[in-house]
Amino acid sequence: MAEKTYAGVTINVDEEGYMTDSSQWTKEVAAEIAKEEGIEELTDTHYAVLEFIRQKVSEGATLTIRAIGKSGHTDIKGFYKLFPGAPLKKATKIAGVPKPSSCV
Amino acid sequence: MKKLVILGAGTGGTIMANRMRKELDRDEWDITIVDKYKNHYYQPGFLFIPFGMYKKRDVIKPKADFIPYGVNLIYGEIDRVDGEKNQVLLQDGVILNYDFLIIATGVKIFPDETPGIKGKLWHKKVFDYYTIEGSSALGDFFKTWEGGDLVLNIAENPIKCPVAPLEFVMFADAFFVERGMRDKVNIKFVTPMSGAFTKPRASKVLGGLLKEKNIEIVPDFYIEKVDNENQKIVSYDEQEVHFDCLVTIPVHKGDPMIGRSGLGDDMDFALTDKYTLRSDKFENIFILGDAANIPTSKAGSVVHFASEIVFENLMCAIENRPLTGKFDGHSNCYIETGFGKGALIDFNYDTEPLPGHFPFPGIGPFGLLKETRMNHYGKLLFRWMYWHILLKGKEMPISAHMTMAGKKLHDI
Ligand SMILES: Cc1cc2nc3c(=O)[nH]c(=O)nc-3n(C[C@H](O)[C@H](O)[C@H](O)COP(=O)(O)OP(=O)(O)OC[C@H]3O[C@@H](n4cnc5c(N)ncnc54)[C@H](O)[C@@H]3O)c2cc1C
Repeated sequence: MAEKTYAGVTINVDEEGYMTDSSQWTKEVAAEIAKEEGIEELTDTHYAVLEFIRQKVSEGATLTIRAIGKSGHTDIKGFYKLFPGAPLKKATKIAGVPKPSSCV
Repeated sequence: MKKLVILGAGTGGTIMANRMRKELDRDEWDITIVDKYKNHYYQPGFLFIPFGMYKKRDVIKPKADFIPYGVNLIYGEIDRVDGEKNQVLLQDGVILNYDFLIIATGVKIFPDETPGIKGKLWHKKVFDYYTIEGSSALGDFFKTWEGGDLVLNIAENPIKCPVAPLEFVMFADAFFVERGMRDKVNIKFVTPMSGAFTKPRASKVLGGLLKEKNIEIVPDFYIEKVDNENQKIVSYDEQEVHFDCLVTIPVHKGDPMIGRSGLGDDMDFALTDKYTLRSDKFENIFILGDAANIPTSKAGSVVHFASEIVFENLMCAIENRPLTGKFDGHSNCYIETGFGKGALIDFNYDTEPLPGHFPFPGIGPFGLLKETRMNHYGKLLFRWMYWHILLKGKEMPISAHMTMAGKKLHDI
């Protein structure tokens, strides 16, 4: 377990930088993690996707790129544009939820 | 008479039919099992068919041979479950009432989810091997193939037996070496994951094996479509990989029946308590095997371990006791690595695959997370055990709960 400071708040994270206490998440924290991931500014669409991910995870659902593509906030191509590279890994990190383990 | 209904007579359903018939009194309990097909397929055997190692007859047997006397076997397509009324509706209009229900309808591939898979090259240059039709067609294709880019692609997780794609490329390596044409075949493993496997240590070891065998890993590739004209697969972020033969592991989903019954998530995996294996929706419904949305492998070994928990908890529920069975997600998979060798991984919800020995600490005979000849025999033996011990619900020599004995935490 490690700690990091984002937007002036101390946050608990795991070795890979994923937040371990989802309740510590705020929009400001998200914006700073996003910067570390190379996303300069979070738009409303970004936040809508992040909220969708947080809600799904709190319901205990398995998170897939496919599900996000059907969320109504963006399609899969759009999701890749919002979080370039490895979108699911980046988006979950910024959303303050654990790294998706859907793939076992 | 009280009624137990089991949906799906695959691995899990067949095990439960055998166990429950032995346990429940015939004067008190009717047991019915439903499936749409008359044949039982040994699905792990599909991996061996493209390489001519197994024939169709090795992997197909009549389902009826494995359903015990005293269980009603109905062939029919399940339309849906009405949990409020405790009824199962079959497509031909038959209605089955139940006191308790076990759902074991598994998962299957949906090639249509990815544009172009079922294009003009389907079963000509594009194959799956997760069905008997696909693996047989691929076996025929390999007989005369002259080589080129052999691309294996995983469309989306989760999939059945997450190690099967790795085994496929390692078998392909050995197969083409033995045919003296490995230099003409370029093998690529194209995956949406960031490495060979999901769990870090196993990924490192298995990734190393692929490298040794000159199999290229293309990670973080999430397929959008197959371009049949140019023989390419294209990802959502516009990466492209050329193929002369594409072996696809298409998107997996649960049976649409789960969705129609309102029991599942958006992939039609049934919503299940990962410890008790009871449906999140109804107290008298249990979910066994691949159909459940629990975070462990979709594999026959898991189905077997989970069947012990479903058995225990179903008996608790029948006898009005609190549920005492707690599943730990135990999974135990032999991994064929080619040339008569194999590896073995053993893990659960909380512990990733570790090196060591299995099942006896320091002795084995099976080596965890390393290539040995013994592990290959373990996998071959599994087919025999599957037909003769596992399906019949007899005791297997491995515990349902994972143990740390024999595992090494700090070795790699
Ligand atoms: C290529 C391949 C390799 C594999 N290798 C391994 C391995 O090495 N080791 C291992 O442990 N596991 C392996 N597996 C996985 C293993 O075969 C499955 O996990 C296991 O069979 C799942 O059992 P199940 O009872 O959940 O589902 P299944 O055995 O798939 O049974 C589901 C049954 O439900 C029936 N059904 C579904 N819907 C309906 C409906 N609407 N109406 C009527 N009937 C319906 C189906 O016809 C089927 O008979 C492999 C699988 C594949 C495809």
